[in-house]
Amino acid sequence: MIKVAVIGGSGYIGGELLRLLLQHPQVSVEYAGSRTSNGKFVYKVHPNLKGSTSLIFKNDSITDVASKVDLIFLAVPHGKSQELVPPIMDTGNRIIDMGADFRLKNISEYPRWYGWDHCCPDLIQKFVYGNPELHRDEIRSAKFIANPGCIASSSIYSLAPLAKAGFLDLPINIDAKTGSSASGNDVSDFSNYSAKTNSVRLYKPSGHRHTPEIEQELSILSGRRTKVALTAQSVPMVRGILTTSSVVHEMDIEEKTLWNLFRDFYKEKRFIRLMMDKNGLYRYPDPKLVTGSNFADLGFNIDPYSQRIISIGAIDNLVKGAAGNAVQSMNLMLDFPEEIGLISIPIFPV
Amino acid sequence: MAKERKIGEKKLECQICGGKVTIPADVMESEIVSCDDCGLEYEISGVNNGTLQLKPADSIKEDWGE
Repeated sequence: MIKVAVIGGSGYIGGELLRLLLQHPQVSVEYAGSRTSNGKFVYKVHPNLKGSTSLIFKNDSITDVASKVDLIFLAVPHGKSQELVPPIMDTGNRIIDMGADFRLKNISEYPRWYGWDHCCPDLIQKFVYGNPELHRDEIRSAKFIANPGCIASSSIYSLAPLAKAGFLDLPINIDAKTGSSASGNDVSDFSNYSAKTNSVRLYKPSGHRHTPEIEQELSILSGRRTKVALTAQSVPMVRGILTTSSVVHEMDIEEKTLWNLFRDFYKEKRFIRLMMDKNGLYRYPDPKLVTGSNFADLGFNIDPYSQRIISIGAIDNLVKGAAGNAVQSMNLMLDFPEEIGLISIPIFPV
Repeated sequence: MAKERKIGEKKLECQICGGKVTIPADVMESEIVSCDDCGLEYEISGVNNGTLQLKPADSIKEDWGE
């Protein structure tokens, strides 16, 4: 059994990590940390965990926590984990950081997209970008994982085969629709039921922070600088992300060619499903079909009129877009079976 | 009581996506089969001495009032 701690456990991602880790047969959750919920039972903050844990949130020093466990999940706000990582590294513990602090290899991107200079840029190279389908071998030998962002994950999964095959010559337009849980459990004026219900809120027409990590990963795959234009909107659902990406491509392409491209790229990838059915109840990926699961559902459409490929991704933002992906990386890092603790058929209907 | 069908006797390649179309062993003419991957439906248009003829079946397009 591996002993783990979740720091920042009172947020939605922290709660989802605890849900998955408490069910994991090779994991013992020794510690749940929260500054804001210090002293509360975990199940009081995450009522779905009642009966599954008697842990109480604590707010001990990070070095004290590190002395009790083997691996620490950091689910703290962006900018905070770079303060916590150096002292944890000194203890020899493994780290999976759910935030953005160690995702971007180019440190000049941090002031541009996050508004701060990185306090320990020399440590970034020690982290592996935690996309298990793209960086499996690196994750297996890593001690420190930077877990990807949710919209970034859906975008990258749906575009990766096209990037690898050299289709991404021109800037990619990505439209992302996301559920409310992606914005966390903090309350704002817009959280008000009357304000939020039935709204399609275009919260980031441009400038979304996941842009540079999508560009980073697609550029690695394509072997050249790939530019992305990302627009994100919040839609009336709790969980889920749907990304539709337009890839302008001048030559004619057959559907079978893309099918074979996606099949080959994701061969034997347990959590990737090609979800297109010409006569199905759902004909393309839909976040509704992945709820509560670690699946990434992918699809595409060819538009000969505008000479573009529409690449589609659907994930549960809290599972494949966050906690599930992190557990999958942990499994690889610790040489557990990759899918252990993650086999769950999606709930339907929801 | 429904008769259990014996499937998997034959798998043909889908002409659209390259996936597998599973043909039940006791398939009959006019029956509809579909691709395991893309869901495209085919009509069995002929069965002659074990040789099957397939043609894409009519499908219902979604109409959202565009």
